[in-house]
Amino acid sequence: MAKPKIAIYWCSSCGGCEEAVVDLAEDILDLVQKIDIVLWPVAMDFKKKDVESMSDKSIVATLLNGAIRTSEQEEMVHMLRRKSVYMIAYGACSHLGGIPSLANQFSREQILKFVYEDGPSDVNPEKTRPLPSYVDNGRDLTLPKFRNVVRSLDQVVDVDYYIPGCPPTPEITKNAIGALLEGKLPPKGTVLAPDIALCDECPRKESKPTDLSFTEFWRPHQKEIDTEKCLLAQGIICMGPATRAGCGALCTKGNMPCSGCFGPTSRVRDQGAKILSSICSNIAPKEDEQIDKVLAKIPDPVGTFYRYGLAHSILRRKVSLPTNGE
Amino acid sequence: MENENKNKSGNGNWSPRIVAFFCNWCTYTAADLAGVSRMKYAPNTRIIRLMCSGRVDPQFILEALARGADGVLIGGCHPGDCHYVEGNYKCLRRFRMLKRMLVDMGIEDKRVRLEWISAAEGEKVKRVVNEMVAEIQELGPLGIPKKFEEWDKEIEDLKHEIENKEKEEVAKQ
Repeated sequence: MAKPKIAIYWCSSCGGCEEAVVDLAEDILDLVQKIDIVLWPVAMDFKKKDVESMSDKSIVATLLNGAIRTSEQEEMVHMLRRKSVYMIAYGACSHLGGIPSLANQFSREQILKFVYEDGPSDVNPEKTRPLPSYVDNGRDLTLPKFRNVVRSLDQVVDVDYYIPGCPPTPEITKNAIGALLEGKLPPKGTVLAPDIALCDECPRKESKPTDLSFTEFWRPHQKEIDTEKCLLAQGIICMGPATRAGCGALCTKGNMPCSGCFGPTSRVRDQGAKILSSICSNIAPKEDEQIDKVLAKIPDPVGTFYRYGLAHSILRRKVSLPTNGE
Repeated sequence: MENENKNKSGNGNWSPRIVAFFCNWCTYTAADLAGVSRMKYAPNTRIIRLMCSGRVDPQFILEALARGADGVLIGGCHPGDCHYVEGNYKCLRRFRMLKRMLVDMGIEDKRVRLEWISAAEGEKVKRVVNEMVAEIQELGPLGIPKKFEEWDKEIEDLKHEIENKEKEEVAKQ
């Protein structure tokens, strides 16, 4: 029997998820014995046309990482969706929008202007911008369209499963692929990680007080952090209470707060709103002015609470931005 | 350009839709009092009764706005008077942060409002609702569902193009 075919593809991503696949270390040898990788641009030389020539649903699963921002990425994910039995969002960006979706706070024009004109390292006196199409000596050159909105994968195509994390840990990846190959898959739409909060697997859990009573917040570099005490109890914003477990509490074990990359559990629709609710209701003062003084130590609420999930939040994007960013 | 969506022309019949979360013990009772006292005020609020203003999950507010509310009003007991002792303080603290975040997300400050209204203040319900309706009337519709639709138009074109291409290919075979 032919080995099951798997495709790995990337969109708006940093390459960390590709690295995460390599992080399977020697287990990857096991894996390639069981499967055939038919597309993996970062590591192998298969081309788009190779996949295009395959018949529909002939790939068992596509592991897709990265958020979706350009027309080319859309085209690729539509094509891979058609060729695959399972479309799997791999990593925080395709799961929730990830870091790239923080760009949903800015318009297309603001971004292009900064990148091509105002950036401190830019040298572009003629203010040249990339064009979707251009004719050079009679040759037609084209570039993908840069969309107004950054999207998670499921905002573009139908998604069967999600593997969370920035990047997903080897353990999470291995379990997910194992379940896939054995056909032991949970209902469609499931996030393939435990459905409990990170605090439940955090070694600092015991020291988390019932009443946090925040009087001041600190960012990790502003304070010497106790290595054993709950980070929230030390006034450090930790996304643990609103974040799905499954990473093995890597960050809190490394003396850094959870930043929320696994996204919310299945009971929460909007991770940012939920952690805001949890943290803010626990601050000590009762008067507007004192409350604001404590909260002023959270300078960027959107970037803090929605670090990995702005595209997938209830509002998705700064609502006052234009859509006709041409 | 940013104000394009707030253009009030063509919305002649529009009038604000406000979702109001009122606590069972004070503000909802006050709204009841306003009704029993036959006070007249703007009919633009849809009141949802909760046991406490501390039950107002920020997700409720976002969801209301995302589903087409032009504003959200939260009513709770005065500080010190909460039936559950601390619920209204929890609400206030979340509200202070949420307001900052909503402004960052492009939602005007006046669209979300928190008021302490005791069971005896039917008159205040009337005043607050009337004020808020006037303010939002001034701001114009928020129209987030329509924005979601507009945002997604840019990917619809390609989707249709691909579908058509597929159909053509099938037809050729």
